[in-house]
Amino acid sequence: MKTYDLTELALRNLRESSLRNSLTTVGISVGVASLVAMLSLGIGLQKLATRHLAKSGLFDTVVVMSRRDLRGFSRDDERNTASAAESRTLDEPARQEIERLPDVLEAYPDIRFITELRYQDKPHLTMVSGIPESARSNDAFSGIQGTFFSSENAPEVILQKSFAAELLGKDSKPGQEDEIPVADLAKPLLGQELTMRYAERVAAPSATGSIESAKDQTPPANEDETSSDSAYSVISREQKLKIVGISDLDPDSMRGAARARVFLPLKLAQTLHVMQPSDLRDSMRGFNKQPSYSTISVRVKNPKQVEAVEQAIKKLGFNTFSILDATRSLRQFFAVLDLFLGIFGSLALAVASIGIVNTLVMAILERRREIGIMKAIGASDGDVKKLFFAEAGAMGVLGGVVGVMLGWAIGHVINLGTNIYLKRQALPPESFWAVPWWLVGAAIVFAFIVSLLSGLYPAARAARLDPVQALRYE
Amino acid sequence: MTNDHSATGSNGALAVRIVDLCRHYQMGETLIRAVDGISLQVRAGEFVALLGSSGSGKSSLLNLIAGLDRPTSGAVIVEDKDLARLSREELAKYRLHAVGMVFQSFNLVSRMTLAENVELPLRFAEVDRSQRDALTQAALERVGLASRSTHRPSELSGGEQQRAALARALINRPKLLLADEPTGNLDSHTGTEIMNFIREFNQSLGMTIVMVTHERALAERYAQRMIFLADGKLIDDQSNLAAPLASPQIASSGIASSGITSSGIASSKKDR
Repeated sequence: MKTYDLTELALRNLRESSLRNSLTTVGISVGVASLVAMLSLGIGLQKLATRHLAKSGLFDTVVVMSRRDLRGFSRDDERNTASAAESRTLDEPARQEIERLPDVLEAYPDIRFITELRYQDKPHLTMVSGIPESARSNDAFSGIQGTFFSSENAPEVILQKSFAAELLGKDSKPGQEDEIPVADLAKPLLGQELTMRYAERVAAPSATGSIESAKDQTPPANEDETSSDSAYSVISREQKLKIVGISDLDPDSMRGAARARVFLPLKLAQTLHVMQPSDLRDSMRGFNKQPSYSTISVRVKNPKQVEAVEQAIKKLGFNTFSILDATRSLRQFFAVLDLFLGIFGSLALAVASIGIVNTLVMAILERRREIGIMKAIGASDGDVKKLFFAEAGAMGVLGGVVGVMLGWAIGHVINLGTNIYLKRQALPPESFWAVPWWLVGAAIVFAFIVSLLSGLYPAARAARLDPVQALRYE
Repeated sequence: MTNDHSATGSNGALAVRIVDLCRHYQMGETLIRAVDGISLQVRAGEFVALLGSSGSGKSSLLNLIAGLDRPTSGAVIVEDKDLARLSREELAKYRLHAVGMVFQSFNLVSRMTLAENVELPLRFAEVDRSQRDALTQAALERVGLASRSTHRPSELSGGEQQRAALARALINRPKLLLADEPTGNLDSHTGTEIMNFIREFNQSLGMTIVMVTHERALAERYAQRMIFLADGKLIDDQSNLAAPLASPQIASSGIASSGITSSGIASSKKDR
C-alpha cells in the first residue's frame, strides 16, 4: 500500500474508535509533556546559572600568576637552568605585554593587603582590595547602596556590608533571619570618613622626598644600603577615605577581588604603593629590583577566547587560572541533572507506550474480522503490519505535538507562579524555563519512535493472523 | 493422470487444477481431514457448484482455491502457479489480482462506506488515486448501488451488502470468482437477484465461478457442473444440463465421471 493511503486509512481507523484512541493519545501527550517539562527545567536552570555566572564577569577573567610563586624555595636549582621565559617576574612591563595580547580587554594587578582602618577612632583590621574601573558595570557591584567611585583615583571607599555592620558595632551574619538590610547599614555610613593606616613601600633613593608629607614616620629599614638597587623603605602612612558605597557582595564569592571587605579604586591603591605580602618574599629571595604583582587579572573580550588567551599568557612564561576549569564540573553536573530529569520524564512516556500496546492489541481483537477481510481481498502481511504501525505512529506524532504544547504550557504556568512568588519575596523575576526548538523536534520524534516500538508487537500479531480463522470469528 | 491432459486438450484452458489435495487440522487429540485427497479440474469460464452438507469440506476446499489457506499436501494450480508453493507475499498478490471472493456474511468492513469498501482492493493494488474513483463508481453502477456509495454497510439491506461485496470482488478484474454460500443470509428473492448477477458475470465477463452451497436447487438452477463432497472427499461430479451454458461447451471432467448418479449421491450421503 502507498504511504499516503496508509496514513489516510490509519487516521480513518483512529477516528472510528475515537474515545479509546484519544485517551491513548492523551496518555502519550502527558508522557511527552512531562519529558518536555523536565528537560526544559534542566536546560532552563543551566541557562540561568550560565547567564548569572557570565554576568558576574567570571567567565571572561584569567588570573595570571608568576611561576616563581608556585615553585618553592627548594626548587632554586632548577630555576637556574630554566629558560628566561619560564621565570618571568609579574611586573608592570609584563602587565603591559599581557594587555597587548589579542582579545584582551584589560589586565590589571590584583592589589590587596591587610591593614588597619580607623572609624570614629576605633581601629579595625581587615583585607583591602583595589578594584578596576571596569567593575562598575559588572554584576558584583549591582547591589550596591550609594554609588561607585567617582573617579579612578578618588580617595573613596566601598565597604562590604559585614564590615559596615562591624563599623556600626552590629552583629550581622549573612543568611540569617536577623540579617540587617544593606540600606539600614548604608544610611549612617555613607559620606562618612575612614582613616586607613598602611605601610608604603618607598624606593630608597626617593624615600626622603616622600617622608615629609607623612605624619607618622618609620625610619627606612635598610638605610645603610641606600646605594643598593634592591633597597627600599617602608613608611607608615595614613589616608583619609570617604565612604561612597556599601556592597552586599558576599565576601566568600569567587570573584577576584573577593575575600576583601573594603574596596579602593585600583589606581588609588596603586599610587599608594602599599607594601604587598609578595614584597617581603621577594626581598628575602633577592628579586626586589622592581615592585612585582602577586597576581594580575586579565579580562578577555569573550568567554570563548579565554582558552586561547590562557595559552598565549602561558607562552609568555606565567601560570594562569580561569573559572573555565571550574565550569567544566558545573556543566557535568547539569548533564547529570538533565539525564535524571530526562529519565523521570521518560517514565511517563514508558507508561503511555504500554497504553499504546494495550490499545492496539484491543484493536486487533476487535478488528480481527476486518483484518481477515482485508487479507481475503488481497492485503499482504506487510500491508496489515504497516497499517497498525501507521496507527501507532499517528498516535505518537499526535500525542507528541499535543504533549509538547502541554509541556510548554505547564512550564509557563510554573514559571509564572514562581515569578509571582519571587515578586512577593521582593526578588527580580527569573526565567528558568527554556524550550529550545531541538527539544520540540526531538520530543515529537521520540514520541513517534516510542509509539512505533509499541506498535511492533501488535502489528506483528495482526499480520500473523490467519484469515480463515479471523473470518470465522464473530 | 493422463485423463486430465486429454480433458485439458478437448475442453480449452484450465482455470483451476487440483491434484490430490489434503487439508488436515489437528484439533486436540483428533485429526480432522477437512479436505482428504481431492483431485479436480475447473475449466476457464465454467460455473461450478460445490455441494455438500456442513462439515463436508466444501468451504475448506474453497479457501484452499482462494489462497486463504495452505494445503497439508497436494497442489492447487491456478494460472500455472501452485498455490502451495507460493510465499505469503505471493499468495496475497494472488488473492488480490487473480480471485474475487464473496461470503455468506458479506464481510464488508463495517466502519467504511460502500465506496471505501469497494475501493479497498485498489488501495492494496496501489492503483493510482485518480483512477480509483472512476473504477469504484463503475463497479458500484454495475451492481446498481451507485447512489448508495456513501452509505455504510449497516445502513443497507443484506442484498445490497452482497451486491457491494460483488462489486468489491470484481474491482481488480479477476478471472476467478469464489462464492461461499452467497445467498445463505438472504431471502429467496434477493438470493435470486445475487445469483443473477453472478450468472451475468459468468456469461458476459467470462469469469470462472466456483460457488459453495448446500442448496441443491440453487446449484441445479445456476451451475453448469455440480461437485458433491462428503467428509473431505469428492463423491460425485456431474454436469447440469438444465443450467444455461456459458460460452465453452461444458462436460464433466475425466476424474469423477465414474457414473455415480445424483440420486446415488443422495443415498450415499444419507448412509454416512
